[in-house]
Amino acid sequence: MREVKIPITDEIVRSLRVGDPVRVSGVIVTGRDAVHKWISDTFIKKIRQPEGDDLEVYQLIRPLLKGSLIYHCGPVVSGLDTGDYRFVAAGPTTSIREEPYQGDVMRHFNLKGVIGKGGMGAKTLKACMEAPGVYLHAIGGAASLIAQTVSRVLGVYKLEFGVPEAMWVIEVQDFPAVVTMDSHGNSLHAQVEAQSKAALEKLLQIQ
Amino acid sequence: MRDLTNEILELVRLTSTNLPPDVEYALRNAVEQEEPGSAARGALETILKNVELSRQNETPICQDTGTPIFYVYHPEGWSTRKLRQQIETAVVKATQLSYLRPNSVDALSGKNSGNNLGDSHFPSIHFEEVEGDALVMQLILKGGGCENVGAQYSLPDSTLGAGRDLAGVRKVVLDAVHKAQGQGCAPGILGVAIGGDRGSSYYASKEVLFRKLDDANPDPQLAALEERLTQEANQLGIGPMGFGGKTTVLGTKITGLHRLPASYFVSVSYMCWAYRRRRMVVRGDEILYE
Repeated sequence: MREVKIPITDEIVRSLRVGDPVRVSGVIVTGRDAVHKWISDTFIKKIRQPEGDDLEVYQLIRPLLKGSLIYHCGPVVSGLDTGDYRFVAAGPTTSIREEPYQGDVMRHFNLKGVIGKGGMGAKTLKACMEAPGVYLHAIGGAASLIAQTVSRVLGVYKLEFGVPEAMWVIEVQDFPAVVTMDSHGNSLHAQVEAQSKAALEKLLQIQ
Repeated sequence: MRDLTNEILELVRLTSTNLPPDVEYALRNAVEQEEPGSAARGALETILKNVELSRQNETPICQDTGTPIFYVYHPEGWSTRKLRQQIETAVVKATQLSYLRPNSVDALSGKNSGNNLGDSHFPSIHFEEVEGDALVMQLILKGGGCENVGAQYSLPDSTLGAGRDLAGVRKVVLDAVHKAQGQGCAPGILGVAIGGDRGSSYYASKEVLFRKLDDANPDPQLAALEERLTQEANQLGIGPMGFGGKTTVLGTKITGLHRLPASYFVSVSYMCWAYRRRRMVVRGDEILYE
C-alpha cells in the first residue's frame, strides 16, 4: 500500500506503477462533465467568453488543482439548505466521458492526475507520460465507504451546474484507489481490452 | 384510495441503501473465485464492505442513484394519476433525505431540477392494470454508467456473424459485454430482450431485471442460453471494475417479445453490481417489502 499525499511531486508520480494500491490524503477537487467542458471552452480553447464568476472561480481553483488530483465524482451531499455540507455518498463516475478534455486540463493546471473509474484512453495516457500524471481507479459504487474518507468539505464552486456537476473542494484521508494508468505508458485498461478482445474472437468462432 | 406516499418513500430508501440478499450472496460467492491479493478480489471486498456500511448507515450504496424506474401493477380501482402524484412526492422527500441524488436535468440546458422531478418521463413510471387484489410496485435505480453501456442490435449483424437465431443472440450479447469492459461497474447483470420494436424491446430488457438471480427461466432454451452467456461472459477476463479477473457477469436474464417478421432486435440492459431493485406488495392493510 502506497501513501500518496497532496501536493504530489513528479518523483512520486513516476514511482507509481500500474497495479499499485494507494491511499490518497489531502485536498482534491471534484469535476465531471460540465466542469471539463466549461474549463475547456472558456480557458483552454477559449471558444466562449467568461461570464459571471467564471474568472474569479478560475483564479481560485488554479492553486487548488496544481499538484493535486481531479476526482470524477458527482456526490450525494447533505446540508444543502444550511451550507453545512457533508458527503453522504461519493463514489467515482465513469471517466471516459472526459477523454476529449482530460489531457489538456491536466497540462493547463499542472494536475498530477485523476481519480475515476473505468479508465481512460490514449490521449489521457499520453498526457500522463508528459505531465507526468497518474490515473487512480476508485471502486465504482463504493459510495458510502468512500464518503467516509472525506473528512471535510472545504467549499463548492459552480453549484449552478447542479450538485453532481459542481466542483466540490474536499479534504480526504486515506482515500482508497488502484493505479491503473501510469506515467510510463502502461494502462491496465488497454491490456484488459486487448486480452478480452482475443477471448471474444475465440468465442465468436463457436456457433 | 389509500395514500401510499410514506410507503413509497420507504421503498425508495430500501432500494437505495439496502442491496437485495440474492445480489449480496452472488457477490460473496464471486470473492472466492478471485485470486487472493488480486485487484479483482480487492474490488469485490471493498464492494461488500460498502454494502454493509450503506445498510447500517442508511446511506446510498452508490452516489449515482440513477433514474428511478417504477413498474406499478395495480388492481382495478386505483387512480394512476394519484399514484403518480404520490410517487413524485415520495421521490422529492427521498431527495431531501439524501436517499437520492438530484439527478434530473433539462435535456437541452442541462439545468438540474434539484428534486428529481422533471417532465412526465422523470421519474420513469409504468402502470399496468392486473387481475387480483394486490398492488405490486417495483423500483429499480439504474445509474448512468451502466445505462450508457446498454446496447441494441438489429439482426442479422454481419460484422459479428450473428444471424436471426439464438446463436446470433449469443454473439451480440457477448459483444455488448466486451464493449462495456469495466465501464458499467462490473460485475454486471444482463437484462436481454429478443424481439419487440426498439422501444418495447428496451423496456422489456429492464423489466426482466426484476427476476431473482437464482431463478430459472421457464423456457428451457432461454434457460440454457442464460447459463451459457453468464459462463462465457466470465471467460472474457474483464473482471470486477475491468481490473481483469473471473467475475465479469453475475447473471443473465432473457425474455422474448413478439416482433414484426422484418425486425429482430436484441436489446441488452447492463445493470451494475449495485443492482438496486426492490418490490412492495400492498394487499388491503398489509404492506410487504421484498
